[in-house]
Amino acid sequence: MKPAPFDYQAPASLEAALDLLARRGGEAKVLAGGQSLIPVMNFRLAEPALLVDINKLTELDFVRRGEDGGLRIGGLTRQRRLERDPLVAEAAPLLHEAVPFIAHPQIRNRGTLGGSLAHADPAAELPALAVALRARLRLQRAGGERWVDAKDFFAGLFTTALEPDELLVEVAIPPPPPRTGWAFMEVARRHGDYAQVGIATLVTLDEGGRCREARLVYLSVGDAPVEAREAARLLNGEEISPQVIAAAAEKASQDEMRPNGDIHATAAFKRHLARVLTGRALRRAVERARDGRAAA
Amino acid sequence: MNGLYPISVTVNGRTHQREIEPRLLLSDFLRHELGLTGTHVGCEHGVCGACTVLFDGQPVRSCILLAVQADGHEITTVEALASGPDQLHPLQQAFWECHGLQCGFCTPGFLMTLVPFLEENPDPSEAEIRQAISGNLCRCTGYQHIVDAVKLAAERRRQSMG
Repeated sequence: MKPAPFDYQAPASLEAALDLLARRGGEAKVLAGGQSLIPVMNFRLAEPALLVDINKLTELDFVRRGEDGGLRIGGLTRQRRLERDPLVAEAAPLLHEAVPFIAHPQIRNRGTLGGSLAHADPAAELPALAVALRARLRLQRAGGERWVDAKDFFAGLFTTALEPDELLVEVAIPPPPPRTGWAFMEVARRHGDYAQVGIATLVTLDEGGRCREARLVYLSVGDAPVEAREAARLLNGEEISPQVIAAAAEKASQDEMRPNGDIHATAAFKRHLARVLTGRALRRAVERARDGRAAA
Repeated sequence: MNGLYPISVTVNGRTHQREIEPRLLLSDFLRHELGLTGTHVGCEHGVCGACTVLFDGQPVRSCILLAVQADGHEITTVEALASGPDQLHPLQQAFWECHGLQCGFCTPGFLMTLVPFLEENPDPSEAEIRQAISGNLCRCTGYQHIVDAVKLAAERRRQSMG
């Protein structure tokens, strides 16, 4: 229950960190909040030769308004800050609603946005949220950078598009279109535990009150965040009715996910949860979208 | 590999300088290097909450932090709560009166989670209290007496602040 020996470096600048990753990225792990990494090192499921501690890179801890009116959030931003920052609540209310579901305050005080995304646990909230919010991720390496859409970032179980010499430095979240409602819901045995199923939903209505675009992204039902695109298509262009919601919930839970059962929930029970949560989340999101329209 | 790393950490107001292995967990640093055994180690993978300490005033789990990460930071452990050896912190007093502990193993973690919680939420509802302690496991009390203790401590705290 103690980590195996490793080299430890805590570079004082982003440049030094990227340089280190360029030279030794293949044998290194990046230490951000460490709330997933240190436990797996304690279990010796991970035994990196080098730990690159990026906690001194305070320039990666920020929340600010993007030029497009959306959000720009640094990779090292703590989850606790996402929970409390009024700008997050205003510019990405879905994120604001979901962050308190991430583990416990003790964890959120250390855990970071970039760390959770790079870890890519399919049961984690932030990867599903990034996909639902159409977030773009800036991956920097010594001498270059690239932007990757969240949907292309998550490659599978604990696997992402990050190369060993790259660091996830920033996340850009576009502003929601007008008349957009949101809802995040999950079912866990105890608040803060891994969710059995969770859903991040965004619904944008058109001027006539019909659904222009719906997004339904699930956690804990596959190897990565699962987006139910077919179910969302059933909603697009429609007047949102209980029948349409029921059809979408059925489609998503039966045809668009392949959850694995575990000791707490069978696969069939997870599908049941996904169906019920889809209905609830869609109703809440549509309600909020309509409130927004009334206010506008 | 295996080199020693110099750190300077302030624990309960006193600054300590040590050279340590990078793999040393903060919980083990507190217990073995500094002899502060009030911080308990339960699961050692960030689930049980027994090892909760304050890191720059915010509760964290010391078993999933490396001691090297505390370099230059302030740590507060359960030893700092009471003002003297024969004294109890008001929250400890409330735990004692309400039977908020039996074996006591989880208690330091609960206390270090709840002290900052009560500062931020002077008048918490029962649901808020239960949510606040959701990251701490107790196998004896069934939590009810812990919730009672938090309510009592919060009530006294509000009275004392008038």
